[in-house]
Amino acid sequence: MSGNYFFVIVGHNDNPVFRIEFSKSGESSTRREDHRHLNEFVAHAALDHVDETMWTTTAMNLRIVDKFNEWFVSAFVTASRMRYVILHDVKNEDGIKNFFQDVYELYIKASMNPFYRVNTQIESPMFKRKVLTLGKKHLLG
Amino acid sequence: LISTMARQARATESRKISSELFTLTYGALVNQLVKDYESDVEVNKQLDKMGYNIGVRLIEDLLARSNVGRCHDFRETAEVISKIGFKTYLGVTPTIANWSGGYDEFSLILDHNPLAEFVEIPDDHKKLFYSNILSGVLRGALEMVHQEVEVKFIQDTLRGDDTTEIRLKFIRKLEDAIPAGEE
Repeated sequence: MSGNYFFVIVGHNDNPVFRIEFSKSGESSTRREDHRHLNEFVAHAALDHVDETMWTTTAMNLRIVDKFNEWFVSAFVTASRMRYVILHDVKNEDGIKNFFQDVYELYIKASMNPFYRVNTQIESPMFKRKVLTLGKKHLLG
Repeated sequence: LISTMARQARATESRKISSELFTLTYGALVNQLVKDYESDVEVNKQLDKMGYNIGVRLIEDLLARSNVGRCHDFRETAEVISKIGFKTYLGVTPTIANWSGGYDEFSLILDHNPLAEFVEIPDDHKKLFYSNILSGVLRGALEMVHQEVEVKFIQDTLRGDDTTEIRLKFIRKLEDAIPAGEE
């Protein structure tokens, strides 16, 4: 089972601002449910590692910060300290780096919307569509 | 001669400000209005009022910069609004379209609206015309040059319509002096 990615944007209060899954294989829906709870847990547990690593470098892309069984956790921290976390089971450093960059640009545009309050859930269907496209391009491609 | 030289000096002085700052300022304004007033219709009205106050002042600036003469008919007015007014202040030239039979009504179609960059209107504000300040600006400006014109948005891409369209309808020429009171 490879090529699965779980992407979440975490706000300042450790709250999920956005989450999405990418998967190459079509898993059955029950297995995906189990994984979803595990994904949330692993991502949350990794936040401490993200916070530690963030101070050791000036780069936004922190690359792999943690590992859990077969899952790697990569992270990217934006200028406004929004934490992007990806759980993945294959390495794909370049793909993830490009994905983070492009999502960051999308995020900046979304946060320029006067009706969006920062640190709240991103509801915009357009944002979700574009992230899906980016995921397909950089992560699954 | 001296006044012409002064006008030219003003035209060459270009103080640029960031368009993002402008968009964000306008966005903050609309957002605050939406929070303060209960209904979208009320917000639209407030934006129109603000626009009116801007328009009555802006027209002086525009005429001082641009040297246009008096318009002889509504068609000339339309050209000036699009090619000089919008171009000077927003850097865009809306298309003039949908003239009525008697040439007393037309539409401005905006392909690009600098006020609305990055804006997405949430679903619970379907009646909001985000850029309605423009309606007021046009109404105020035209009133100061003795034209009473009814201006309103009839389509807005931010609401999911195909285009952004402002409709202008000539009501009458104002022969009397403009009353002193403003809204």
